[in-house]
Amino acid sequence: MAYLLLRHRDIPDIGKLDVYQKKGGFEAFKKAVTSLKPQEVTDMVKASGLRGRGGAGFPTGVKWSFIPNNIWPHYVVANADESEPGTFKDREIMECNPFQFLEGVAIAAYAVGANAAYIYLRGEFWTVAAILDKKIAELEKAGLLGDKLFGSEYSLRIYTHLGAGAYICGEETALLESIEGKRGQPRIRPPFPAVYGLYGKPTVVNNVETLANIPLIVENGADWYKSLGTADSAGVKIFSLSGHVNQPGNYELPFGTTYRELIYKYGGGVTGDRPVKAIMSAGASSAMIVADDKALDTPMDYASVRTLGADLGSASVIVINDSVDLDWVINKTIHFFKHESCGKCTPCREGTYWMLHLIERIERGEDVKANTELLHNVARQIQNKCLCPLGEFSTMAVTTAIERFPADFEPSRLGGSHG
Amino acid sequence: MSLADKYPQEVKKIMAKYPPEQKRSAVMPLLYLAQRDEGFVTKAALEDIAQMLDITSTNVAEIVGFYTLYHDQKAGKYRMQVCTDLPCALRGADKFLQELCGNLGVKVGETTPDGMITVEAVMCLAGCDKAPMFQVQSGEGIAYHENMTMDKTMELVAALRKSGQEVK
Repeated sequence: MAYLLLRHRDIPDIGKLDVYQKKGGFEAFKKAVTSLKPQEVTDMVKASGLRGRGGAGFPTGVKWSFIPNNIWPHYVVANADESEPGTFKDREIMECNPFQFLEGVAIAAYAVGANAAYIYLRGEFWTVAAILDKKIAELEKAGLLGDKLFGSEYSLRIYTHLGAGAYICGEETALLESIEGKRGQPRIRPPFPAVYGLYGKPTVVNNVETLANIPLIVENGADWYKSLGTADSAGVKIFSLSGHVNQPGNYELPFGTTYRELIYKYGGGVTGDRPVKAIMSAGASSAMIVADDKALDTPMDYASVRTLGADLGSASVIVINDSVDLDWVINKTIHFFKHESCGKCTPCREGTYWMLHLIERIERGEDVKANTELLHNVARQIQNKCLCPLGEFSTMAVTTAIERFPADFEPSRLGGSHG
Repeated sequence: MSLADKYPQEVKKIMAKYPPEQKRSAVMPLLYLAQRDEGFVTKAALEDIAQMLDITSTNVAEIVGFYTLYHDQKAGKYRMQVCTDLPCALRGADKFLQELCGNLGVKVGETTPDGMITVEAVMCLAGCDKAPMFQVQSGEGIAYHENMTMDKTMELVAALRKSGQEVK
């Protein structure tokens, strides 16, 4: 099947405006602005079944429909903060197929009546921002962005904004704070960004991959989009495959592809030909899946992954073979979340701090049994108490590693005098 | 010399991105600009940006403190920031970092005696499929280096040292 999102793999020059336009590029945006009402575009996206690709999986059209029409101006913000360990799909879209993403931003802006859109890129994407700035300038020059587009009354400007190294800014309210020139700390919700977003105005925040789908939906219709994928998961998805596989990378596949197919058919098998021990289905914030036959044969869609006690999330699949122990793995993930906790709410700030201390004690072989129980207990106490998902994320691998891989936390293996 | 005097074009471009009544939004891009010459934000730059945006210098300093890509201390001209997060670590990033430190004769966080290279361990850079990988941050910006071997890395170090000396 031809690529829909990673189209540069079929058409290497798709990053050039004339090539993109020759392939039908910006026809969808033109069609929307000249022949569709904003509400019709939103309805189309709603009917397509597209769900947010950043991890939460919220229906995109529904999100757009929350924007009230009695508070102005409106904003669209593209979330290009991509910072979850194991996730690297948005970067490839922006680097190699930038116009499809930008057209998605433009259509989203038209649908919610925004005349300004910001693309929030993590600071490390310095060169990606430079690419997008150049592409935006080309679009303005070509009359595809700017004032009175296609002879209509609609005007749109798109701007890039670089973050500066903070995972938390992927959380949408922290991201908005960051654009406003403040520390990236999540806001208390409600109110949600749809009502009180950027500069206190109604704002839609969408992930890059989500937006890259929009031109396809407007061009080909909701039914066509729905026909791809599975019943509860419409469309295609980019799976970022990393860890112990021979061919890590991004794989654009229909929903419903199994883990076994992803790892062995596309990913070239497991490093060192060893068995898969654990799968993290959604990056470092994922629950730890025991990689038995049932898991390997589970189709990757929103509902099926949930039956494994995990989430599809951003579909960042980290493969772990039997050469490593999971105490080491969760040491890595805890270290990450402790570093990235913004410090605003106590359960996350203190909880991640203590989880790191406890896993280090366990690694040193100190009172392994008691400290493992305590670590599990602390992780459980963080859950459901945090201002934003980061705190929750920090615990998923911890609790599930201890519950599902008890052998890796055996005092006899980790040694120590008090086992 | 203030940023506006030194880089009038850039400052104007940055300010134009945000609504006039929301100029505080410009603090992050202005901080990158302030880091351009020295690789870190000076106290004078904090004051300068604060004045430009009608906020306090504490408002600016908290941004420097919160985000990892802003620095308030001088370090090497080039910061080699190696990702050692889980996906990279599964592909040997910890060992890579150790070897790099060994070859440069520094510990993580330290700077080579010639003042050129600081080695840092950083969080995920979204290059998980191309590990071992790192980014090089300087006042000029950030560049990724992926699928790295130690040989390629040491060649890069030599090239950075050469261009760093020339700029000096």
